[in-house]
Amino acid sequence: MKRLALKTLTALLLSSASVSAFADVTLLNVSYDVMRDFYKDYNPAFQKYWKAKDGETVTLQQSHGGSSKQAMSVVNGLQADVITMNQAPDINILAERGALVPKDWAKRLANNSVPFTSATVILVRKGNPKAIRDWKDLARPGVQAIIANPKTSGNGRYAYLGAYGWALKQPGGNDASAKAFVGKVFGNVPVLDTGGRAATTTFMQRQIGDALVTFENEAEMIAREFGRGSFEIVYPTLTVAAENPVAVVDKVVDKKGTRKQAEAYLAYLWSSEGQTLAAQNYLRPQNPQVLAKFAGQFPPVRTFTVEKVFGSWDGAMKTHFADGGVFDQIYTKK
Amino acid sequence: MTFLAKRYSVLPGFGVSLGYAIFWLGLIVLLPLAALILKSSELGWGPFWETVSAPRVVASLQLSFGTAALAALINCVMGFLVAWVLVRYRFPGKRFVDALVDLPFALPTAVAGIALTTIYAPNGWLGQYLEPLGLKVAFTPTGIVIALIFVSLPFVVRTVQPVLEDLEGELEEAATCLGADRWQIFRRVIFPATLPALMTGSAMAFARATGEFGSVIFIAGNIPLVSEIAPLIIISKLEQYDYLGATAVAVVMLMLSFSVLFAINLLQWWTSRRHGMK
Repeated sequence: MKRLALKTLTALLLSSASVSAFADVTLLNVSYDVMRDFYKDYNPAFQKYWKAKDGETVTLQQSHGGSSKQAMSVVNGLQADVITMNQAPDINILAERGALVPKDWAKRLANNSVPFTSATVILVRKGNPKAIRDWKDLARPGVQAIIANPKTSGNGRYAYLGAYGWALKQPGGNDASAKAFVGKVFGNVPVLDTGGRAATTTFMQRQIGDALVTFENEAEMIAREFGRGSFEIVYPTLTVAAENPVAVVDKVVDKKGTRKQAEAYLAYLWSSEGQTLAAQNYLRPQNPQVLAKFAGQFPPVRTFTVEKVFGSWDGAMKTHFADGGVFDQIYTKK
Repeated sequence: MTFLAKRYSVLPGFGVSLGYAIFWLGLIVLLPLAALILKSSELGWGPFWETVSAPRVVASLQLSFGTAALAALINCVMGFLVAWVLVRYRFPGKRFVDALVDLPFALPTAVAGIALTTIYAPNGWLGQYLEPLGLKVAFTPTGIVIALIFVSLPFVVRTVQPVLEDLEGELEEAATCLGADRWQIFRRVIFPATLPALMTGSAMAFARATGEFGSVIFIAGNIPLVSEIAPLIIISKLEQYDYLGATAVAVVMLMLSFSVLFAINLLQWWTSRRHGMK
C-alpha cells in the first residue's frame, strides 16, 4: 500500500514537474507497460498532424506501468486525459469508481474503442522439438509451458482465456471439459511470473520451459532482442484476440479544457498513419487495407473476443480470476 | 509506570524533544498503520475472516513466515560468525569485507532477486551444477530462503558487531585467570553478553524478511500453495481492485509480525534479567 501510494505520488510529481511552459496544451496518456514503443512512434506523428491542422502545439506525456495500477492511479486522481489499456475492465473501473468516464465509454469510438489488437500465440524453441502445434499440446505430460500469472497480468489472463475458449469450442466441449483442460495446462507451468515481460525472461534468458504463451507483438519484441532464429511462433487453430481499448477521461478533460485535443488524439489512432504505426509495432490494425499491406507479418488466425465467448469481461474476471474462481480451483481442488 | 511520574533531568529540553519524537513516530509509523487497520475494518468480520482463511492465503502466510524464520535462524548463526571475524581478527582487505556486509542494504531488492535467479536458475552459474544433484533452488521455497538470507544478513551483523567490539578484554582475562578454558569463556562470558544484540538483530532480520517482495518474486516461481508468498497475494488482490481484501491480508501479516517481535522482546527481557544485566 505504502509503496503504491509513494509511486503514485512520484508519478504525480514527475508529471507536474515536467509540464513544459512553452506548449499550448499538454495531454497525459496513461498506458500500460509494453505500449511504450508504440506511443514513442505515435506521439510525434500526432503532434505533427495537429500542428498542421490546428496550428497548436500539443505536448504529450506518457505514463507507463502495470495496467491495473495505472488505472487505479487515475481513479485516485492522476490527471490523465486519455487512458490506453489492454483490457476493458481497466477502463470499466474508471466508470465504477468516481464516474470518470460514462458506463458506455466503449461505444464512443469505432470497433468498440479498440484501435488495434494482438493475438495470443505460442512460442516454441527453435525446430519445435516437442512438436507443439496447438493448445492441446500444452496439456501433454512432459511439456512445460511458461505463462504469466493471470492473477497479476493481463498477458496471463489472455493466455488462460485463449486456452479455455479453445477447449470450449472443441467438439463436445463444455465448461467442465474446458476447466479440466486449463487445469492440465497450468499443471505444466513451472513458474508463474507476475508479468508478461518477466515470463519472457524466464523462457528466453533462463531457458526454462518448452513453450511460452504471450502476445504476438511481444513475440516481435523477443525477435528484436534475442534474434529471429532463437524461437518459432506457433499460431493455435483458434485463439483469443487481445484488445487494446482506449478512452478519453471525461472528468479530467472537462476540467482541463482539453476534450478537443484528447478526442483528436484517440481518433487519429484510426487514421491510416496511426494504423500503419500500429502495424509496424506488430499490433494488428483494424483497418483492412492497412492489414492487407502488412499481410506478410500477420498470418491469418482465427480469433474470438472475450465478450463473444465469456459474455463480458467483467463476468469473465469474476468467474475465472476472482478469489475462489476457476483459476484458484485449479490449484486448490486437486 | 515510574516513567510517567515527573522527574527532573539534568538534560534540558525533555518535553520538547519527547513531543517531537512522538509526533514524528506518529506521522511516519502510526498514521499509515492506522489507515491500514481502519480500511480493513470496512470489510466487516465475516468477509475479513473468509479472506484471510482462504487456502491460498493461509499457505502463503505459512510460507512467508516459515521461510523468514528459517532465514533469520541461519543468519543468526552465520551473521554472528561474520561479526566475530570482523571484530576479532585482523586481515588484509578487512575494510572491504566490512563494507561488503552493507551491500544488501544498498542494492535495490529487485536487482538482488534477478542476480540470485541468474545464479540459481537451472542454466545459471551454480544452478547448472546443483540441478544434476537433484537440488532445485530457483523457483522453489529454497530459493525464497536464499533471497531472504541475502536481504536480511546485515541486520544481524550490524547489531552484533558493536557489542562485540565494546566487550572488554579484561573480562576474558579474568575468566582465564579463574581457570576457564576457551569454550567456557565463549559460552559463559562472550555469548551471554552478545545474546541480546543477537536476538534483536535476528528479530529485525525476520521482520524484514516476512514482508520482502522485490528480491523474492523473481526466484520464487509463484506457484499457488507451493511458492506463492504473502506479499504476492496482496499484490494480486490489488490487481483485481480488491483493496479491502489486500488490506485484510496486510493486517494479518502485521499482527503476526508484531506478535513475533513482541515475543522476542519478552524473551530478551527475560534472558537479560536471568544473566543479571541491568
